[in-house]
Amino acid sequence: MASLESYLFIGLVLFCFGLYAVMTRRNGVAVLMGIELILNAANLNLVAFNRFGGLSEQLPGQVFALMVIVMAACEAAVALAIIINLYKTFQTIHIDEAREMRG
Amino acid sequence: MHTLTLYALIILFLPLASFVLQIFFGRLIGPRGVWLSVGAVAITLVLALTMLFSVVLGSPMEHYPELVWFSLGDFSLTLGFQLDNIAVVMLVIVALISGLVHLYSVEYMRGDVRYTRFFGYLGIFTFSMNGIVLAHSLLMMYVFWELVGLSSYLLIGHWFEKDTAADASKKAFLANRVGDIGMFIGIMLLWSVTGSFTFQGLYELVDVEGGNLFAGQMGLLSVAGVLVFMGAVGKSAQFPLHVWLPDAMEGPTPVSALIHAATMVAAGVYLTVRLFPILTPDALLFVGSVGALTAVLGALIAISQTDIKRVLAYSTISQLGYMIMAVGMGAQQAAFFHLGTHAMFKGLLFLCSGAVIHALHHALEHTGDHETDPQDMRNMGGLRKRMPITYATMLIGALAISGVPLFSGFLSKDAILAGTLAFAQHHHQWWAILFPVAGFGAAAITAFYMFRLIFMTFHGKPAKAKVNRRVHEPSLVMTGPLMVLAALSFALFFTLPGINPLHAEGWFTKIIPQAENLTGYPELGVEHLEHGFHQAHSQAVRLSVGVAGSGILLAIAFFLLGWLDPKAWAQKLQRIGLYQLSRSKFYFDEIYDALLYRPFLWLTAKIAWLDWDLWDQRFIDGWGRGTVKASDVSGWVDYHWLDQYVVDGLGRVVAWMGAVGRKVQTGRVQNYVLWALVGGILIVIVAANF
Repeated sequence: MASLESYLFIGLVLFCFGLYAVMTRRNGVAVLMGIELILNAANLNLVAFNRFGGLSEQLPGQVFALMVIVMAACEAAVALAIIINLYKTFQTIHIDEAREMRG
Repeated sequence: MHTLTLYALIILFLPLASFVLQIFFGRLIGPRGVWLSVGAVAITLVLALTMLFSVVLGSPMEHYPELVWFSLGDFSLTLGFQLDNIAVVMLVIVALISGLVHLYSVEYMRGDVRYTRFFGYLGIFTFSMNGIVLAHSLLMMYVFWELVGLSSYLLIGHWFEKDTAADASKKAFLANRVGDIGMFIGIMLLWSVTGSFTFQGLYELVDVEGGNLFAGQMGLLSVAGVLVFMGAVGKSAQFPLHVWLPDAMEGPTPVSALIHAATMVAAGVYLTVRLFPILTPDALLFVGSVGALTAVLGALIAISQTDIKRVLAYSTISQLGYMIMAVGMGAQQAAFFHLGTHAMFKGLLFLCSGAVIHALHHALEHTGDHETDPQDMRNMGGLRKRMPITYATMLIGALAISGVPLFSGFLSKDAILAGTLAFAQHHHQWWAILFPVAGFGAAAITAFYMFRLIFMTFHGKPAKAKVNRRVHEPSLVMTGPLMVLAALSFALFFTLPGINPLHAEGWFTKIIPQAENLTGYPELGVEHLEHGFHQAHSQAVRLSVGVAGSGILLAIAFFLLGWLDPKAWAQKLQRIGLYQLSRSKFYFDEIYDALLYRPFLWLTAKIAWLDWDLWDQRFIDGWGRGTVKASDVSGWVDYHWLDQYVVDGLGRVVAWMGAVGRKVQTGRVQNYVLWALVGGILIVIVAANF
């Protein structure tokens, strides 16, 4: 049986991949994918802590993970809508080109 | 309230009501409203005559009502009336002449642009003149004295569009001011010693019998008397302040008749008559000298004048000189008598000259002649047949002023001349003889120039035949006053019930007795004086008839029959410079111009230079320029140092900080994420280690 550390390590790797994608990809959809990776890394941690942390039978980690999945779906819908509007406004989905907020 | 007080108040204030009516509602009522003013003065005449009759019928007027005006501690100033016989006679004279002049002006001034205003001014004049007559104190008289000066100023300047009229009104006002300053100082001098302004008070406090307050300093009383007399010098146009009166002829002729012949200029004489009881012999000698000089001077100038009104003006100056001289001689009764008779015949002469000017002016306008001066006697001649009433009445006036028996002027002039003779007989100094010489000389000259005026105006060939045919007698409104005044120029009206034309005994001398001089000199005692006048009387009658006759005969020889050629004689006299001297009025205006006006203007120019160029331009404006300089420097410091470095410096620092700080805001989401990551890591590190 694998130990907690291995789950956490997998989670860390997933998180780093996700973060890397968020910080380096120009494509908005790809950034969104990176966010999904980060959320899933977090989910993995939640479930792992629930299993190894000796928590109650009510499985709060799993429930929380489910909540995150639902929320991620909502977030994806909203973010995609934003990307569509981004495209409509700037004729691109490269987020580094939408720099209206530059000081 | 006493009936007499009420009468006096009505007489005083009715003309003022007329003034208010004409000035404030004149345009509203229209030209017919001037009859209200005529009516107002007529009422005052009726009241004055009522009082005069009661006085003549034997109850002498001695009514002195007064009320306290204000009190300051122990000092209180009263207002009041001095209703005595002299005041009543004077009220009648003023009301009569003023009423007739009002009536006359209704026709004379018709069509004038300021018709109703003219009547308003006549109203305020009559009010102020009545005030002078009724005033019970020198101070109250002084107030009305100034009001009379004001109304004279307004009336002379009635046609102020003419520069000459505007200048003449200013000249009259200023010349009067000179005298009035002396008068005011005199009043204050009398007050400072006696503490009283009222005539009654002064008479009592100066009286030798009642403990004269001036005892031991009679010189001061002389000075005070002479100073108060200065007011009379100005108002009665005496030498050397006589220069304003001829110029005052720029006013409408009815004004000349009322103010500058009959009443206002007589106010000075009235004052001197009132003052007589407290004048010392020294002061009286001064008064007499001024009068004598003025009488001769005025007569000499009148000979050569060609403007009909100016001849009459100089004649007025001369006659006023007579009255003043009479007071100086102690003949105070004669002076006031002459004031009364002169008011009638000189008012008459002026109104006649006004009728002539009026007729000639209209005739000239009809013929389209706007160049010829209707006042110049050289443009007249032959008016006798065209204006018979005016001719007859003016002839009566001329006979009266020349001192021909049967006419009023004879009586009063004779009384004055008797006074001068008596003076010369009782003063044995050589100069005393100068007074009768001046008196009789002026009488002869008066007869001469008056008949010169009559002959040049009414006799001979008309200067302009075409104009002459257009001349016609004015309406009854104008000739009526002439006839009334002509009737009053007969001696009979002043001597009733006496009918001797050579003697002045009658109602007038009965109600106006010779006044007592209170300064206690025996030569001024009433009995002494009257004795002297009585002795000199028959001599004076013969002499005065002689000089008047010779003056008239000389005028006939010159101007009626042409036996003597006036031009040739003028040239003969000019050889010693005499004609031009008279023609140019003894160069008084030129002398005043050189001695007073020009130095004064020079001085004012210098003072103006000091004030404007030096003080204003250099000093005051210097402050301004200095302030501009200082504010330039301060502004430069403020802008270049404070503003540029301190204030803008702060701004620049903030801007620089902003410029630096804005670089954080790249607008790249991924940068923000990176920073959030860095921050998160830092928090974790910090949280782990502390």
